[in-house]
Amino acid sequence: MKRVDTALGLLVPAILVVIVGVLAATASRANEIHYLSALVAVAMVVAIYVFVGNSGVLSFGQISFVAVGAFAAGVLTVPSQSKSFVLPDLFPFLRDTTVGNLASLGIAAAVGGAFAFLVGMPLMRLSGLAAGIATFAVLEVTHNLLREWTSIGPGATTLSLVPETTDALQATLGALAVVLVAWLYGLSRPGRLLRATREDAAAAQAVGVSVHRQRLGAFTLSGVLAGFAGGLYVHMLGSITTEQVYLELTFLTLAMLVVGGIASLWGAVVGALAVSGLDSLLAKAEDGSFVLDAPSGTRLVVVGAMMALVLVLRPAGITGGRELSLPRKMSE
Amino acid sequence: MSLVAAVDAQTLVDAVGLGAVYALMAVGIGLVFGVLRLVNFAYGQLVMAGAYTLAFTSAWPAAASIGACFAVVLALSLALERSVFRPLRTQSPAVMLVTTFAIAFLLQSVALVLDVRDGTIGEAARSLGGLNQAVSVGGVDVRKVTIVAVVVAATALGLLALLLARTTIGLHMRAAAADFRTARLLGVQADRVIGLAVLLSGLLAATVAVILTVQSPLVAPDFALKETIFVLVGVVVGGLDRLWTATLGGFAIGFASGVINGALPTDKTVFLPSAVFALVILVLLLRPAGLFARGPAVERV
Repeated sequence: MKRVDTALGLLVPAILVVIVGVLAATASRANEIHYLSALVAVAMVVAIYVFVGNSGVLSFGQISFVAVGAFAAGVLTVPSQSKSFVLPDLFPFLRDTTVGNLASLGIAAAVGGAFAFLVGMPLMRLSGLAAGIATFAVLEVTHNLLREWTSIGPGATTLSLVPETTDALQATLGALAVVLVAWLYGLSRPGRLLRATREDAAAAQAVGVSVHRQRLGAFTLSGVLAGFAGGLYVHMLGSITTEQVYLELTFLTLAMLVVGGIASLWGAVVGALAVSGLDSLLAKAEDGSFVLDAPSGTRLVVVGAMMALVLVLRPAGITGGRELSLPRKMSE
Repeated sequence: MSLVAAVDAQTLVDAVGLGAVYALMAVGIGLVFGVLRLVNFAYGQLVMAGAYTLAFTSAWPAAASIGACFAVVLALSLALERSVFRPLRTQSPAVMLVTTFAIAFLLQSVALVLDVRDGTIGEAARSLGGLNQAVSVGGVDVRKVTIVAVVVAATALGLLALLLARTTIGLHMRAAAADFRTARLLGVQADRVIGLAVLLSGLLAATVAVILTVQSPLVAPDFALKETIFVLVGVVVGGLDRLWTATLGGFAIGFASGVINGALPTDKTVFLPSAVFALVILVLLLRPAGLFARGPAVERV
């Protein structure tokens, strides 16, 4: 029955993702974006979970990898004939290279992973508060560079003309791929070693686990997945600014992870879908197209309040940080 | 133009004023960290709430307006302590950090909803506007509010030092900051110590709100956010474990950014945040234990 539970840990999240994907495919043009954002949110939150959930080390910096992934994929797919007008200051190799949709997603993942590896090498020695503040500093540096350095991107202006290729199929497959990788990692030897360091770092070290190496591995994998999610994100939006991959997205994705339950893949998926769903309903309420008519800004207040409430009342999240399993009676 | 030549007396005076404000915020953050081991990301939003109170009451007499600001900020700090910090006291630092992050976001979104700009908000805290006038001291124009900031900061820090050094509750607070569990075993009342720390921290936030609102009357939901981020950096670099190093760190980063912003043209300062935060990462890497924890980075069992 243990094996059934292990399989359920992949199957149920995958089924949820597919259901949302089918809804996206059949929804009207106006509603499709809500389902697509939910799927991209699943990819981002699961990417964050791979590091934060498995290691127990808090990171405010994973959205940096989403940001570099999004801008790498975006800058490289802007049609070449308009590129020299909209992005005049680019480095020549960025200006002269234009790649297809799938290649750009791969590059986004690679750039995210490489950046995470470089940042993680020194940073993974930290834990607790120091890690939280240092990763926050990474987010600040990334945002500042992307915003001011016009040789690598659009700077403070909007990057537009990015092909909108993230449709229901791509978003679903992308989210599924991220969930699958996270699930496989959780089952793998490195995943188990890392969770051992989460439970008791000293004991894990005593039996020969290198905390630094395991954390760095997960941080890099998380960077790969986050960069990939960033690629999906930019191809969903079609245009993006650095402000869209900064504090608010960091907050929202962390809120999703914490609300769902920080320590399990199931929690990450549930949190992403639940908060996205609520967020979309409130957004519709704000523009008056849902039963309630809420003033604008309510969305953020409710999401913030919900996150604070869950943290105070149930710090382990809705799922209690456990993976999905059959009820005790059935599994015996 | 060399950097030294560009730093004139004017820049230095302004930088000291900024440093004083940052030092006040650093003490507010450091006090709460001492007893709760909690880095309060939402501290800037307390200041922001105070600033909004001043803006909403801008038609009132100055004293009443300032009184309202103190009342709102103190009430908000105590409410936060009661409803959020207290239940989470036993949780890990990471959970507490995320929670204050959530509170910061919540307060900011509330401000966004309240900030309707239908004429109820005075753009400037008019009743206090007089403080913005400059007086000339030895050829250097000093805004009155800068003098107020420096005097208030010096007085507040002096009083706080007396409180911590000379009173029983101050002794309790220092004991709690050194080792909370042992202090409790020896009869220090946790709720009183934490309550007082939060109260003092709220007082400082309200003071900062008044000073900042006079300096930059345009109140927005992200009021004091940039300042808070810089102060957090300062206290981390200075060392959060001791209140005085944290305060010094806060003052130093305020003074330094004042000098740099005054001395360098704008197009040279766009990458300043990157440099500052890269420095933070470096400090954290070189001295992680000395700054946050009193032991090796990996806790022993």
